[in-house]
Amino acid sequence: MSNPNQAMVEKYRSNFLKEVEANVEEGHWVKMCMQCGVCSGSCPLGPHWEHPPQEIFMMIRAGKREEVLGSSSMWMCTSCYNCIARCPRGLPITHIMHGLATYAKRLGLQPKTQPTAKFSQLFWSNLTKTGRVNELKLGLSLYFMNGFANGIKTALKMQDVGLGMYKTGRLNPLEILGGHSIKDTGGLQKMLKKAFEIEEAKIAEYKG
Amino acid sequence: MAKREYSFYPGCSSQSKASSVNYLKSTQTICEELDIQLNEIPDWNCCSASIGYGGGGELPRISLSARNIALSQQAHGQQDIVATCAACWLATREAKERIEHDGEVRSGIDAALGEIGIKIEGEMPKTRHMVEVLIEDVGYEEMQSKVKKPLEGLKIAGYVGCQTNRPFGIDGESYENPKYLDKMIEIVGAEPVEKYEKKASCCGGALMFSEPEKSQALVKDIIEAAYDGGADMIVTPCPVCQMNVEVYQGHINKTYGTKFKIPVVYYSTLMAVAFGRNGKDAALDGQMIRATRLEEIAKK
Repeated sequence: MSNPNQAMVEKYRSNFLKEVEANVEEGHWVKMCMQCGVCSGSCPLGPHWEHPPQEIFMMIRAGKREEVLGSSSMWMCTSCYNCIARCPRGLPITHIMHGLATYAKRLGLQPKTQPTAKFSQLFWSNLTKTGRVNELKLGLSLYFMNGFANGIKTALKMQDVGLGMYKTGRLNPLEILGGHSIKDTGGLQKMLKKAFEIEEAKIAEYKG
Repeated sequence: MAKREYSFYPGCSSQSKASSVNYLKSTQTICEELDIQLNEIPDWNCCSASIGYGGGGELPRISLSARNIALSQQAHGQQDIVATCAACWLATREAKERIEHDGEVRSGIDAALGEIGIKIEGEMPKTRHMVEVLIEDVGYEEMQSKVKKPLEGLKIAGYVGCQTNRPFGIDGESYENPKYLDKMIEIVGAEPVEKYEKKASCCGGALMFSEPEKSQALVKDIIEAAYDGGADMIVTPCPVCQMNVEVYQGHINKTYGTKFKIPVVYYSTLMAVAFGRNGKDAALDGQMIRATRLEEIAKK
């Protein structure tokens, strides 16, 4: 199937809840939400969510597929786990939000300029290259993720932090040349490739 | 032979010249004092923290931690895995839980690890935070017995943050008002800020990078509450909290017209100084905002 998003639309028609249950990490929990709103009130970035978590859960049940998957909401999650700790029904809300965000991204539906969606991918690409995070390259790729001119502006704004970290021995300019790495990078990549294949195949099953 | 031995997962941020290398240094120092031996997991990899989800998804993300667990078993048998970083601890613990409870994840992980000829043998070892080792295995009493220079006259805000507190937390502690960090402040002879309002609030985590304004607003409240409680410094068990609360104070001052300049240290830094070790062993040279009061005590 050339367009995974179209495949999903056809497969599930009006049943977005089933689609989420089948394809989203911990998605089978969504139906358990009782709409109390404790999650939304507990979220450190609560005011910045286009739709707070309990609204997202209800929208899934109401079949608002495009509105949910195209929302910037889930990308506001800081992974603080306050919602999980407080949810009276024990929903793993943090994981569901991560799962929805990842699923949206796999289907290419995430908001195109969402900074956390971009950063999350930069982080993953950075760490899987050598098996360990290269903090210098991660920082630089972040500064320049919105183009060269913006990158220079951000880099200048951040120079006090960079210099401070350098002076205290917590940043190494030589990391640009390669930096930390595990020995078995080939093995790591082979393992990840397999894990991706299995996950993709699982989603493909539902493509009908 | 050391009194206590663990398999050690240092994590990316504690590598040489990385952002929390000072955390590793001070941890090694207190481990010497407490006769704890940390056996590094050979060729450990990044756990992808929490923020890796967007690129990693479920199985690839969990396979990263599974590889560490398998390598740990291979080299150190069933020794508990100890992490100093909150995210490393959380990701590895979550991976173990998911692998144990979800058969589909388990078979996926077995296949992924099979690609590189390693596997999880029998029961997976527990993954614990260094703070758990200190509290549960060493105990407050033994820690206190090592104090040579009590940090008298210092008032410290114990900033626990998120991921060392939720969703697992430290056994017996509440999510809303955990007390262990305050107790650790007390045993090194300092005074904890009572009712520190932002004790378990979020610093923005990795969103400090992608949503700096929103995250800095959170950090501003965390620092303000510490000053309100009369704190001389802030202490934390998490490398992300430490960095986020320490290094952006200049930016926050510019945005909000505040005059923040409060040191943010690790519990291990406090303990190293109280145990009578010098500034270098306590990694006081890693403070972007110098902890001058601790430097004075360390020099005495």
